[in-house]
Amino acid sequence: MLKLDNIHVYYGAIHALKGISFEVNKGEIVTLIGSNGAGKTTCLKTISGLLQPKEGTLTFHDKDLTTISAPKIVASGISHVPEGRRIFANMTVSENLDLGAYLRKDKEGIKEDLEMVYGLFPRLKERRRQIAGTLSGGEQQMLAMGRALMSRPELLLLDEPSMGLAPILVKQIFEIIQTINSQGTTVLLVEQNARMALSIANRAYVLETGKIVLSGNAKELMQSEEIKKAYLGG
Amino acid sequence: MGSVEFAAQQLINGLSLGSIYALIALGYTMVYGIIQLINFAHGDIMMVGAFIGWFCTTVLKMAFLPALIISMTITAILGMLIERIAYKPLRKSTRLAALITAIGMSFFLEYGGILVVGPQTRTFPDVFPQTLYNVGGVTFKYGDIVIILTTVVLMTILQFVIKYTRIGKAMRAVSFDKDASALMGINVDNTISATFAIGSSLAAAAGVLMGVYFNTINPLMGIMPGLKAFIAAVLGGIGIIPGAMLGGIAMGLIESIVSGLGFSTWRDAVAFLILIIVLIVKPTGLLGKNIREKV
Repeated sequence: MLKLDNIHVYYGAIHALKGISFEVNKGEIVTLIGSNGAGKTTCLKTISGLLQPKEGTLTFHDKDLTTISAPKIVASGISHVPEGRRIFANMTVSENLDLGAYLRKDKEGIKEDLEMVYGLFPRLKERRRQIAGTLSGGEQQMLAMGRALMSRPELLLLDEPSMGLAPILVKQIFEIIQTINSQGTTVLLVEQNARMALSIANRAYVLETGKIVLSGNAKELMQSEEIKKAYLGG
Repeated sequence: MGSVEFAAQQLINGLSLGSIYALIALGYTMVYGIIQLINFAHGDIMMVGAFIGWFCTTVLKMAFLPALIISMTITAILGMLIERIAYKPLRKSTRLAALITAIGMSFFLEYGGILVVGPQTRTFPDVFPQTLYNVGGVTFKYGDIVIILTTVVLMTILQFVIKYTRIGKAMRAVSFDKDASALMGINVDNTISATFAIGSSLAAAAGVLMGVYFNTINPLMGIMPGLKAFIAAVLGGIGIIPGAMLGGIAMGLIESIVSGLGFSTWRDAVAFLILIIVLIVKPTGLLGKNIREKV
């Protein structure tokens, strides 16, 4: 359903993505793994329209999204949970969730999805009147994910959901990602925590300095010697 | 006059003047909040609003309220145009480039105004009865009541818009994080335009009220109140809306107390002294606080 074809992205003179091509199919969890600076975040930002590729095409359900702006991409069914969560720390939890549904007009559907999000993250319901900046790191991650789900996306882009969280919380967040996926949302997951990412993904792509160097079934990649050495600590 | 009456009198004067400063300061603070630009042309936008109000009441013989609404509407459009033409192309440039452009825009409006309407001072018609009310030794004009009332109404509407409406939520989101807002589907450019429109219309209201209050207007009338409203915004905490309201009222009260004590020649100096003290003692302003981001 999502297809990147020979995408090149530059930051000024820096060539960050050097011809990336990959696909995400409906219902999958696909992960992009790679070290710092490999281009994982750049990839997601390009998909969600925060960055524009200089070359290449980006299609979603056969619709060309290459030069479409971020707000319109949200409208077409892709929602991005950015790195560092980027919640609106000066607003309440429920205001953050409202903003996630900014483009929607169906009051009933929004209400349903709010209940769905509160069901996934009961902590957010308890704290719905609290200012988001006062939440713990894990709760902020939950809020960022809940906010993204409020647009009822077909495809959810997740950038480093495990960043800065205690192992127990990481486990919880990954379980929730699986739940979200099983309820019908396709997931593209970017992670430095390759072991966790591969354990829940169907397929994976490995990025190195702006290029895809390996791809395949997640379970198989987990067994590969190369991956073990480079990303799984031996 | 006893000291209680004296205090009450300065309170009335200060509230009127402070309301006008607060209305202008709101525009400064909203624009700063959303694109981190000190829009030095803001005082001159107020001047344009005053002239539109003058035109409506003098030439078109309108009453106060329709004149106020028309002035606010046209000035809102002017504010959006200024943003699109002068500031938007510089959004990715250094902040200094935009600041200098704002100063240029200020001169453009001042001297463009002189070119169009002439440099002479004009008299604002008496849209209100010049009755003086006297309550227990404190005198106030009909105009005082109108100014304070208009300001209260506009600020209440503004608070409602910011807190509960779609555009208000979008404005708060964009002022906090533009990229994250775009990821919610918010059109950042339109939201910035709306902020300029609202800020400019509040300045126009201040301009019309100033015309009503001081009876005279001229193309350079925006400079001093503009600077003082800027100080008011800094005093309250730039980027913070309740701060601009508080800062404006505080500035008005301080000025009227200084004048009331017989130091009216020192009025402007005191305003700038306040700026210096705020910058030294609490640069984030009265309501400013540092929110740290959790990582």
